[in-house]
Amino acid sequence: MLGFLGMSSLEQLFDHIPAAVRLSGGLDLAPGQSEPDVADYFSRLTRANKGQSAALACFAGAGAYDHEVPAVVKMLSSRSEFVTAYTPYQPEVAQGVLQAIFEYQTLVSRLSGLPIANASLYDGATALVEALNMAAGATGRQKMIVSTGVHPHWRQVARTFAAGTGHELVEVPLLDGRTQWESVDLADAAAIVASYPNYLGVLEDLAEAKRWGVEHDALFVVAADPVAAGVLKSAGEWGADVFVAEGQPFGTPLAFGGPYLGLFACRSEQVRRLPGRIVGETVDSNDRRAFVTTLRAREQDIRRERATSNVCTNQTLMAVTAAIQLGWLGTQGLREVATRCAQGAHYLFDEALKIDGVRATSTLPFFREFALRVPKKASDVLRAMCDDGVLGGLSVGELCQGFDPSIDDAENVMLVTVTERRTREQIDHYVDTLRKAVR
Amino acid sequence: MATNVSAPGGRAASAPLLGHESEPTMFELSVSGRSSYQLRTTGVPATPLDQLVPAEHLSKGTVALAELSERDLVAHFTRLSHRQYSVDLGAYPLGSCTMKYNPKFCDAIAADPGLNTVHPGVPAELAQGWLELLVSLEEKLCVITGMSAATLQPAAGAAGELTGLLLMRAFHQSRRDVRNRVLIPDSAHGTNPASVTLGGYEVTTIPSNDRGLVDLEALKCSLGPDVAGIMLTNPNTVGLFEEEIIEIATAVHDVGGLLYYDGANLNAILGAVRPGDMGFDIVHMNLHKTFATPHGGGGPGAGPVAVSARLEEFLPGPRAVRGANGAYEWQRPAHSIGRVHGWHGNAMVLARALAYIDVHGGDGLTRVAQLAVLNANWLRKRIEKTLPAAYDRVCMHECVLSATKLKEAYGVRGLDVAKALLEEGFHAPTVYFPLIVDEALMFEPTETESPQTLEALAEALERIEQRAIADPDSLHRAPQTTPVSRVDEARAARHLVATEDAASR
Repeated sequence: MLGFLGMSSLEQLFDHIPAAVRLSGGLDLAPGQSEPDVADYFSRLTRANKGQSAALACFAGAGAYDHEVPAVVKMLSSRSEFVTAYTPYQPEVAQGVLQAIFEYQTLVSRLSGLPIANASLYDGATALVEALNMAAGATGRQKMIVSTGVHPHWRQVARTFAAGTGHELVEVPLLDGRTQWESVDLADAAAIVASYPNYLGVLEDLAEAKRWGVEHDALFVVAADPVAAGVLKSAGEWGADVFVAEGQPFGTPLAFGGPYLGLFACRSEQVRRLPGRIVGETVDSNDRRAFVTTLRAREQDIRRERATSNVCTNQTLMAVTAAIQLGWLGTQGLREVATRCAQGAHYLFDEALKIDGVRATSTLPFFREFALRVPKKASDVLRAMCDDGVLGGLSVGELCQGFDPSIDDAENVMLVTVTERRTREQIDHYVDTLRKAVR
Repeated sequence: MATNVSAPGGRAASAPLLGHESEPTMFELSVSGRSSYQLRTTGVPATPLDQLVPAEHLSKGTVALAELSERDLVAHFTRLSHRQYSVDLGAYPLGSCTMKYNPKFCDAIAADPGLNTVHPGVPAELAQGWLELLVSLEEKLCVITGMSAATLQPAAGAAGELTGLLLMRAFHQSRRDVRNRVLIPDSAHGTNPASVTLGGYEVTTIPSNDRGLVDLEALKCSLGPDVAGIMLTNPNTVGLFEEEIIEIATAVHDVGGLLYYDGANLNAILGAVRPGDMGFDIVHMNLHKTFATPHGGGGPGAGPVAVSARLEEFLPGPRAVRGANGAYEWQRPAHSIGRVHGWHGNAMVLARALAYIDVHGGDGLTRVAQLAVLNANWLRKRIEKTLPAAYDRVCMHECVLSATKLKEAYGVRGLDVAKALLEEGFHAPTVYFPLIVDEALMFEPTETESPQTLEALAEALERIEQRAIADPDSLHRAPQTTPVSRVDEARAARHLVATEDAASR
């Protein structure tokens, strides 16, 4: 091949690069190793992860939940046609991915109660950022009213990106787990953002937030738990203009936080401001049904600096996985999972409150996650529980990392969740270890 | 090099895709009462939901999903997969996307429950393996790019770009230096200007010269104390190395600006030249391109951002570091711009990339770039009579060819060539990008395609040229042998049907 190019060495291909910047002596990395040798290194690494599910019964949530993912979902979503394709730029040879995304969009639309869903975003946090950008575009205003009931990491991400967009973020405090909307100046708001349930697990009445949204002509954004959406009033029923959610619970493993996927849905009037890809149905030149990415004129490769977003690709494989998982669950299965989560959580909550010194943080209803106040530092309590094989939840103080937790003594509060995978035996064991840990 | 398609050594997909029958949607396949889910027996008291949650929160209706047996679910998605082209099926020379073969070993690593069942919120001491992995990857990415430190949080290249611009902003702000413009060449990816806007800057476009490179004089005229920096891809999107990079770097640094390296084309220069040595201050990488993590049909990717020492304090946090006692811990950089991801980034993609880097090592990665550049140049020269290169000289990992000749002689456009290539069992190249080349066809064969496959690709392009001469109309109608023929994109946009419920059936 080199001879065909009139060259005698591979080095010659790089001769036109100025010598002053060429790397001499090669990369300062170890030489390549065989796959079995690298596998040995990785198995040493994985053994050092004491927090894996086989060792600890997982009661931690905060957007990342230990749900059942059956063999059929793992195997179908591992098909290399889905795994090793790229963004469907050539629809004639990408109908598989395109149709799976179309089905995913339909599922997200139904769960959100809103007519338009995109092909997914990176994660829940960045989906919220895109919702804020949409609100700024729709209203021409920059002020974002965000309940502190929104996941603290999401608020942190929103603040990071606001440095570039110039959005003003106004965080609204919680009292007894309820957002105190009237405590801030809502005038000139572009968006009113509520979380349902909020990050402490509380189900807030969203009618008030909706009312403020209408009064100030702001977009009403609901950040929701997508599993709860299987039985709770949908974002659309609450009057939301935009729905965002962390889609990990739909078939994606905990995976140390990624890749997950951001669910995004909105009302039809916002469709020209939609971030990321959207798939639409059409026909081919022989009048057969076909799917294609559409409304492309919004996107960065065409609109460049005037695009609605800089998002290029999304999390297609996770979206396809979500479609398969929801296909496996079906109408009844999603209800059943949501119901069992709520049953397990309420059972644990009632049992935990029987322990001396353990208290609830709110009198309001919750769904599958709740916060407990403990008489010691929550991180110490959780550490002690780990020794007994229980990942007892997350410390709210650590989760917020100096960000406003909007709850008193956050260091003494732990966030606990129960999924359909937790047995009564595991929950009873949880209560025993918690009792021991707070003693 | 002389060979033919029947020679051993491989070629593209041996035939067009199998899935020619239209597949119903899962909702059309649904039959009321069917199901496939099975859940664990828990023994948890089955209190009715309306006793746990007040009625005003419960939905009055039921969210209708599909109702399928497991057997039907499997058949449905398997049949969909037969309507999908992929790298595993054959060559995918989609320029600027680096669609190389994704080693299965890396997927097996990521499937280990010791990695993928760890909750992202566990205390650092319960995730020491993960933190070590992140630190190891960060160190190796810094060696490869010639930088000091990196964040692994950005979930994709575009997310990395925006993170980089926010780092640029934080750097200037810390020096109370107000700057409002970022320079971008006219050949840049569309994500660059879109990211600049989101980063709060204005775009100034720099023209290319007749050699396909940044016009240095035009660049110098655009510089001033209001310039925050420049975003460059090197090699650029035309597949050419910016030979005046030292002059560019000096000029931008002289006015106090920073250099941002878009790592879209990093595969071309591994082990040959490093962004840090060229003078770049901020570098994003696309792990799904250069380090072969599977593209997933359009995500997940990962877009780590590496920086020079003076920008380290602004990196997103928390960041995994090796602590004084040898244990790994999370640390927030002193003047961090904050989080850019809900957790720690696309961790499973990061794990695959580290496995890829460890298997290849320094020598293997250097070889990757050499063979990628060799393959692109071989293809460029092999096919020059049919599709001449836009710039006729040594290219890097991709070559931009032009179908202008076919358009003028036979009325066959670049898009027609791309569509006809699908009939030949290959994926199409990138078409009509970069914008500065007429009838652009951008081929990136990657290092993982064999000489036999490249020869088969060249012969397929020659057959398309013959069809252009004999029957150009057949190319306007191509492809016909694929699961669907050309789709009506205008109709999709005019009458949006984005869900089953919007479909009028």
